[in-house]
Amino acid sequence: MSLLLDLAFLLVAAAGTSVVLNRDAIGQALALAVFGLTFTVLALVLQAPDVALSMLVVGSAIVPMLVLLAIASGRKQSPEDTP
Amino acid sequence: MNRAARIAVFAVGALGLAIAFLLAFDALPHFGTESHPYGDRSVRAAVAQKTSNVVTSLAFDQRGFDTVGEEFILVLAVLGGTLLLRAREDEREDDSDDAPRSPEVADAVRLTGYLAMPITLLLGGYLVVHGALSPGGGFQGGVALATAIHLLYVAGDYQALDKLRPVPLFKATEAAGVSAYVAIGLAAIATGSAFLTNVLPLGSYQKLASAGTVPLLNAAVGVAVLSSVVVLLSEFLEQTHVVRAEGDA
Amino acid sequence: MTVGYVVAGWLFLIGVYGIVVSRDLVHSIVCLSVAQSSTYVLLLAVGYRDHATAPVFGDIPSNPHVVDPVVQSLVFTDIVVSATVTALLLALAVQAKKRAGTRNPDDLSELRG
Repeated sequence: MSLLLDLAFLLVAAAGTSVVLNRDAIGQALALAVFGLTFTVLALVLQAPDVALSMLVVGSAIVPMLVLLAIASGRKQSPEDTP
Repeated sequence: MNRAARIAVFAVGALGLAIAFLLAFDALPHFGTESHPYGDRSVRAAVAQKTSNVVTSLAFDQRGFDTVGEEFILVLAVLGGTLLLRAREDEREDDSDDAPRSPEVADAVRLTGYLAMPITLLLGGYLVVHGALSPGGGFQGGVALATAIHLLYVAGDYQALDKLRPVPLFKATEAAGVSAYVAIGLAAIATGSAFLTNVLPLGSYQKLASAGTVPLLNAAVGVAVLSSVVVLLSEFLEQTHVVRAEGDA
Repeated sequence: MTVGYVVAGWLFLIGVYGIVVSRDLVHSIVCLSVAQSSTYVLLLAVGYRDHATAPVFGDIPSNPHVVDPVVQSLVFTDIVVSATVTALLLALAVQAKKRAGTRNPDDLSELRG
């Protein structure tokens, strides 16, 4: 159990680091979704099902969608920015 | 200050904060400690209030006033987002039917979206209604329901979502949800207790009609959160698909 | 010095580092979201109890050996609410792009009337 806990914590740290170090906008939205998923697994291992449900619906579905929409509306305004 | 100076200041601050963190973590009770006095008392109180899900009992019964505050933060954030994303004088909203449609969605995505939508709707409704009995509650279920509605956007295109999702209705239900929460709290005052006291009969354990006001508060929060997320996403979707600067084709 | 607490501190510092070196407002908002998650990790780690189960009961328990539910109630409402506050910040970023033409915080330093 302790090994599983340590592994879950380290996965969350790795996912969080990948979110920050990702410069590409769309890649960052995907990394955020993966971070939400790893946090959900951590919450389950720490015996917190309500928190896991919350983070799953919010961090893997709603916030990445908002980020992608914010980037897309910026691209609509100035299409010369698209890579 | 310029970029290099900013990073230097951050480095100093981060070093100090890291040392402070390590000293503080040494002083915390060790990880996995048996001693959680507040937790033990709250579990006893939740069992006395015939609520199976102790976390929901804490959020809506023992510390219900905090949840009123959270509700209002939610509604205010949506209000702020709506105000910020209004069309300005030099923009117009182009929602005519001959507006350019989104590119075709892959068949696999379309099929998965249409299959997943009724399942997610049912799951979201289940989470809201059974908030007092199993893990779940108004917040999680409301967001799940909003995600289910937006599967129409993922599987189809924006026009399909726009026709089936009337935004004024959701703005009204958002207000209705928050008002219902406050009204249930005020109803407790009418019976002579304090605001948000659990005044309904507590019922028997693990039945749907147990835990007094907690299922009602869960339903109010579920409706409010669902409507808030739909309104918020509709503002962002309009920015991408509908609002055009003056002078565009 | 357990892994859980150190990970919480690490997430906070890396989130703030991301905000400091960011060249795009949307990137810095996402890094703020990571820094917020560090508080959730810390709270959940503080509430953990060895060999205990989730604080949800199927029947009236005789000897409840569960993790601390108080920190969980603090965290789960906060996750949903902070997502909407993130949306408010993203709306600011969208308007910044429209009015100033850029989302680079170094170029947005002047207030324009």
